[in-house]
Amino acid sequence: MLQALVALALAGLAYLAVANASEKLARQGITAGFGFLARAAGFDIGQRLIPYAAATSTYLDAFCVGLLNTLLVSGLAIGLATLIGFAVGIARLSPNWLARTLAATYVETLRNLPLLLQLLVWYVAVRVALPEAQRPAAWGGAYLSQRGLVLPRPEFFGFGSLVPLAFGAGIVGAAVWARRAARRAGAGAEPGRFAGPALALALGPPALAWLGLALAGHPVGIAWPSPGPFGPEGGLGILPEFAALLLGLSTYTAAFIAEIVRAGLNSVDRGQGEAAAALGLGRAKALRLVTIPQAMRVIVPPLTSQYLNVTKNSSLAVLIGYPDLVHVFMGTVLNQTNQAVEVVAITMAVYLTLSLGLAALMNAYDRRAAPVTR
Amino acid sequence: MPRNARMRLVSIPLLALLAAAPTLAQGDTLAQVKARGHLVCGVSGGVAGFSMPDGQGRWHGLDVDFCRALAAAIFDDPDKVRFIPQSSAARFTALQSGEIDVLARNTTWTLSRDTAAMNFPVITFFDGQGFLVRKSLGISQVKQLDRATICLQQGTTTELNTADWFRTRGLSYQVVTFANSEQTLGAYESGRCDAYSTDKSSLYGERLKTAHPDEHVILEEAISKEPFAPGVRQGDDAWRDLVAWTHYAMIDAEEAGITQENVDRLRGETLSPEVKRILGLEGKYGQGLGLTGDWAYRIVHHVGNYGDVFARNLGDGTPLKIPRGLNALWTNGGLQYGPPIR
Repeated sequence: MLQALVALALAGLAYLAVANASEKLARQGITAGFGFLARAAGFDIGQRLIPYAAATSTYLDAFCVGLLNTLLVSGLAIGLATLIGFAVGIARLSPNWLARTLAATYVETLRNLPLLLQLLVWYVAVRVALPEAQRPAAWGGAYLSQRGLVLPRPEFFGFGSLVPLAFGAGIVGAAVWARRAARRAGAGAEPGRFAGPALALALGPPALAWLGLALAGHPVGIAWPSPGPFGPEGGLGILPEFAALLLGLSTYTAAFIAEIVRAGLNSVDRGQGEAAAALGLGRAKALRLVTIPQAMRVIVPPLTSQYLNVTKNSSLAVLIGYPDLVHVFMGTVLNQTNQAVEVVAITMAVYLTLSLGLAALMNAYDRRAAPVTR
Repeated sequence: MPRNARMRLVSIPLLALLAAAPTLAQGDTLAQVKARGHLVCGVSGGVAGFSMPDGQGRWHGLDVDFCRALAAAIFDDPDKVRFIPQSSAARFTALQSGEIDVLARNTTWTLSRDTAAMNFPVITFFDGQGFLVRKSLGISQVKQLDRATICLQQGTTTELNTADWFRTRGLSYQVVTFANSEQTLGAYESGRCDAYSTDKSSLYGERLKTAHPDEHVILEEAISKEPFAPGVRQGDDAWRDLVAWTHYAMIDAEEAGITQENVDRLRGETLSPEVKRILGLEGKYGQGLGLTGDWAYRIVHHVGNYGDVFARNLGDGTPLKIPRGLNALWTNGGLQYGPPIR
């Protein structure tokens, strides 16, 4: 009975809040609803992964641009943080004093400084140390300056666009083939043994495709950047905001991942490593084949939390001007449309979906990787 | 039943609050100001040259002096004003709810604001969106910024104006936006952008914040119209007239050569009928505004004409050194034009 009353009271309060909010909005001449998403945006965005133009694109397009920028930086930061984190975590347990000390210094420094401060160091201090836009540093067609890194961009004409597809097919084919071969060879087989043929499989088809298409008049070119009046132009530009956010997020998160990896490795019985050594496995092989697979059980759950943190922390982009979802959508779009309730609700839903999706993915991996208990 | 009672308990104060807001805004503003004994003026509170308190807490700026002129006309005392800083988000509500009598807060007069929120009696400052660039670039026109990188503050009309301007001319640019002006200026100054764009009147102040103001130049061209106007509540025509004529009195005084420095001397001399009418020595023009005949004399005596106020707050005598430009008198090629006092 009491519970029913509490539930009713909560429902009543929620109803009042909604009614009050909608009345206030109506009084200010703000129409509720998501119709604004179809209106023309009218502003430009510095980094866009999909076609976007101020004149023709809608607020929905602006939302997609922001979302993709968030996904890009979060995805790459998760990958990079995992690589650095595993390397540093393993180095912390190294018998080599220098490696051990450097790894410990890395972890203690980056883990104990606020992420915001680190982002500002990457964005302001590191960027200012780079050459001016009009006098960029150049290596082999790439330019580095305060405006970021500009790389030569591969370009595909006509059927030439099949080349990247052939590359993708080759890599997937190689991975599948190496896996099968390893399974066929029986337990304990070295997947590395199949690296040579796998590489041939990965690079062969695209190389052939390239050659064939070039002969047929569908060449694959490279757009070389060139120095312009306001700095390097053309090519593939990597914005300083993006680079700062990616480096800041990955190095910071890597410090936490390193500790998780260290804890995971320590949780594996010492006897396992000693047994591997007794069998004649080197330290590297023992780690890769014996210790790490067993440590993953301990590593994956806290690792998932770190991945979720990366995704959410990417919203600190606002402070260094990287056009992520929060910057574009909750910044410019909210300010221009005044649709605060809708914009904030959509943004919250996006982060919730991303986090739940990522957690589900990691849980699925965890279940699959869990050893069969005897 | 207890649920209903609770709902009523919650909703009564809410409804009362909602119902009370519009009633405050009704009535004769001039009578209220006179009865209260001072004017309440909403200002921005942080824009150099427009409204900013100094170390002693005394307010300075073009917007501040406008409110002082209004107080001088009403009370013969420019200090009978209380200044209340307003955020850009809260400014319109503050006026509508009656918290302030007049909003002098470098606010751009637009149609949607005019019809939805308030009235704009007169334009006190003609502004436009401009560009701050490094002198070393050797640029004198905005179109030379084709393919340049531009730093902007996000969520402002600046973003839209810039996109429109470059697009309609078939030019391209790379944009970097930041949440506030400190970050935007910092990025520009450190070399991230070739130009920093915002209202020209703000750019003069922003340039002073750089380490070497001499190395930066503000392009003369403006790519948008930003007319700054004081705001008053809708439905009070007498107050609207008074606010408009406070500005016109300062313009007309400048045109007639009446300055804060010579106004007392001029009063004793034989004068043109025009000057006599402004100083209240001929006709009873103040009555129509609900004021005394010497209302315009009080403004010039206590605060000065428009030129005095401009020079004191924005002009060559200040670090800002903003040229008169569009704000020169119409007789000097500007847009400031006061209807005749007669």
